Amino acid sequence: MTAPLLEVTGLTTTFGTGGKRASAVRGLDFTLEPGKVLGIVGESGSGKSVAMMSMLQLLAPSAKVTGSAIYKGRDLITMGPRDIRKIRGKEIGCIFQDPLSAFNPVKTIGHQIVEAILLHDSKISKRAATEHATSLLADVAIPQPGERLGQYPHEFSGGMRQRAMIAMALANGPNLLIADEPTTALDVTVQAQILDLLRKLTEERGIATILITHDLGVVAGMADEIMVMYAGRVVERGSAEAIFYDTRHPYTRGLIAAMPKLDGPGEILRAIEGTPPSIWTRPPGCSFAPRCSFAIEACRTTEPGLRRVGETETACMRAEELDKGMPA
Amino acid sequence: MLKYILRRILTIPLLLLGVASVAFMLSQMTKGDPLAALVPERMMSDPAVVAAIKAQWGLDEPLPVRYVYYMGNLLRGDMGTSFTTRRPVSTDIAERLPATLELVVAAMIVGTVVGMGIGLVSARFRNTAIDGAGRGFALLGSSVPIFWSGLILLYIFSVRLKWTPGTGRLDARTQPPEGITGFYTIDAALAADWPVFVQALSHLLLPALVLGWSVTGIVARLVRSSLLESLGQDYIRTARAKGAPEHRVLLGHALPNALIPVLTVLGFTFAYLITGAVLTEAIFSWPGIGSYAVSSARSLDYPAIGGVTIVGATAFLLANLVTDLAYAWANPRIKLQ
Amino acid sequence: MTDGADIHPTARKPGAWRAGWARLPLTGQLGVMILLFWAVTVVTVQFWPLAEPLDMVGRRLQPPSGDHWLGTDALGRDVLSRTLHGAVYTIPIAFAVVLSAVTIGSTFGALAGFFGGWVDAVIMRAADVTLSFPPILLAMTVAATLGPGLQNAAIAMVIVWWPIYARLMRAQVLEVRTREHVEAAVAGGAGRMRVLTVHVLPLCWTPTLINATMDFGQVALLAASLSFIGLGAAPPTPEWGSMISEGAAKFYSWWIAFGPGMAILSIVLAASFVGDALRDIFDKRSVE
Repeated sequence: MTAPLLEVTGLTTTFGTGGKRASAVRGLDFTLEPGKVLGIVGESGSGKSVAMMSMLQLLAPSAKVTGSAIYKGRDLITMGPRDIRKIRGKEIGCIFQDPLSAFNPVKTIGHQIVEAILLHDSKISKRAATEHATSLLADVAIPQPGERLGQYPHEFSGGMRQRAMIAMALANGPNLLIADEPTTALDVTVQAQILDLLRKLTEERGIATILITHDLGVVAGMADEIMVMYAGRVVERGSAEAIFYDTRHPYTRGLIAAMPKLDGPGEILRAIEGTPPSIWTRPPGCSFAPRCSFAIEACRTTEPGLRRVGETETACMRAEELDKGMPA
Repeated sequence: MLKYILRRILTIPLLLLGVASVAFMLSQMTKGDPLAALVPERMMSDPAVVAAIKAQWGLDEPLPVRYVYYMGNLLRGDMGTSFTTRRPVSTDIAERLPATLELVVAAMIVGTVVGMGIGLVSARFRNTAIDGAGRGFALLGSSVPIFWSGLILLYIFSVRLKWTPGTGRLDARTQPPEGITGFYTIDAALAADWPVFVQALSHLLLPALVLGWSVTGIVARLVRSSLLESLGQDYIRTARAKGAPEHRVLLGHALPNALIPVLTVLGFTFAYLITGAVLTEAIFSWPGIGSYAVSSARSLDYPAIGGVTIVGATAFLLANLVTDLAYAWANPRIKLQ
Repeated sequence: MTDGADIHPTARKPGAWRAGWARLPLTGQLGVMILLFWAVTVVTVQFWPLAEPLDMVGRRLQPPSGDHWLGTDALGRDVLSRTLHGAVYTIPIAFAVVLSAVTIGSTFGALAGFFGGWVDAVIMRAADVTLSFPPILLAMTVAATLGPGLQNAAIAMVIVWWPIYARLMRAQVLEVRTREHVEAAVAGGAGRMRVLTVHVLPLCWTPTLINATMDFGQVALLAASLSFIGLGAAPPTPEWGSMISEGAAKFYSWWIAFGPGMAILSIVLAASFVGDALRDIFDKRSVE
């Protein structure tokens, strides 16, 4: 086993002022090896994005982060502003959900990519940086990259913008890429192209990737390992295969049932009923219990921890019973 | 876009026509004898002169004809004769315009620079004491009567501390620098006449600060709020995620976006500056069209005050036009439409 | 009819005033108190134990002292007394100007927005032309035409301010006109004037109210400016603008202008504090 690239332990993020605080992420643990792809899946509000932003210290000052995130032997959480800046964009690249709002509307795409290069390489000339930016756009298969550099974000189509975003994230050859809902804002056909591109580029360059999404389908073909998050905690995790074929947690089953299936024509999509609890009004016991059709009295009083059941680790006290024969 | 610019430019003459019509209407309502406004007193006894003037302004004609005469004269740049200076109003104004422009431009620089500075600092340190102090200073500037703050500051800095010279554009015995712009500071600099340059600048300093202070509030308030809005946007997170340091995030990413709405108020600011200039010039004995307007108004010199008003409205409309065009130019999203 | 609830705000419960007061920010409370102080001053200043504002009560140009807290002016009159008496001129004038501008402007704006067509065109072009003038120059020209005097200055200021309210009200009416309850009333066969006055106008006042509050300070400022120039109140009237003008003539005696300057400043600040507070309250309500 190789040394992990990133080791996260007990990551907890709370928001609020004064005495009124609520936690958005509650004790997240995971490790990521170089070149591997980790999928983090959950509905909006499950804390998945907040956890990643906490690691990079990208949250507002009102957020308090504890725990540790050891990247190449150094803790990102306690790092000073100067050091974390050298990590952001250089060691760890980020791709965000909506590429239209994620690009600065009044600067050309070229300007923004060149800026990303210059920020981490004080010696490179502006001209060399521009050439590098052009080749990056070519790498993400944007036609006429030289010309495109001079255009503004609004002159790009959604898919092209996301390609440019990937190019910018890869500009300084990061070892880790955090992709936060990279395809959510895109058309379905474009989604597949972007995912293919992402997979190809990270594989080629051996970049480890954390892929955040609410859609299990997105991580299905890409992730080595999958973590399912709910209400700030991991409720199930395992290899991609295990998550799909040896699902234990009712929530994960719900997510799988909600996936559109191309091979099942006419099948009605089943959404999980209800909405996740807000971080301010989280129920005692298992957070998923109010929406869970298998919940028993004990679920509403004790919050189960992660434990190994079959091929996956699951935080459900009825995991064994739910193994077989129960409908998802 | 081109259509918008054309339409925007075409409305200007129409509005000016309206402005001139209002001025004409008011001139017909003045209590004084219109002839007295046009004919220098010592020539009143000369029937030939009186007849010529009457013919030129069509004073013996019915109202619509007089209106046509008035407009025709205006188009030729003839705004009548001031009955205090006994000279054509257009000559008076042309002579005094550079002084006002120099003051207004200097005040605009002060107002924008200080206002943006306060806005930036306030946004960076929002909801702290620094923020409060900055906003308080800016609010004070836009609330204080300028003819009073000018007076008080003049008393403090010129009379008490003697840091700044007294009123006027130059010391009493100094010869104005020769030049083309009519801006004493620039003309003196162009002539490499440094003592006069320093003197002109030091005379300009206090009125420009007083006048500029009056608009810092508008600028600071808008810069702060639009910066805070920009800072909440996704592209700010992107910039931080790229590893940009905070000052670069603020100045390089938030500010350019925040400045677009700020451009829209510059035209609005200009209206304030014109109002303020009238009063500032009166306090600082600044020989521009503002103090001309005040002395004309005091002596009920209608042709003079009417002329200044038409010139002021023209400048005001042009400033708004420039603002709108600059706004369209600065926002690449509009440019394409 | 369900639109009744829409039109009439919920009846005030007892204690609503106190609750409203507590919700005001500190600056808003300060603003209300300053405006109240001046309102009370206007009504009662003649009964205060002050020196007569027009009488020579001391030596000329005396700096502030125990006898004359704000000193005496060039004619030996008490500056404090003159400053407090100045409220009697500025406050009612500013109030009257704002009220007239709101009434005239809102009427025209409502008509323009509601009837559209040539009514709209004529009214709004007139507003455009008026707004093409820098305010002080228009006011000066009108005042110079009508002759000096506080009343003429007030007329000039109404002419300057009406288009702002016309535009505000027109925009509101255009927006409210398309709401469901209005369309329902029209469909129900209500007459046009009735629809306008009963169903549209009551919902259009908020922005006007906020603007009018803020403008109160600006009008007071312009009124003083016109007097300062010599187009408003004439000496010996203890009007703030003309007092500052007298102070400017004797500017080594800074205290002559100090009182009236502070008085104007306090009113402009108070009006903008209260206006800001009102806007916050109404904005929050519209978000809720």
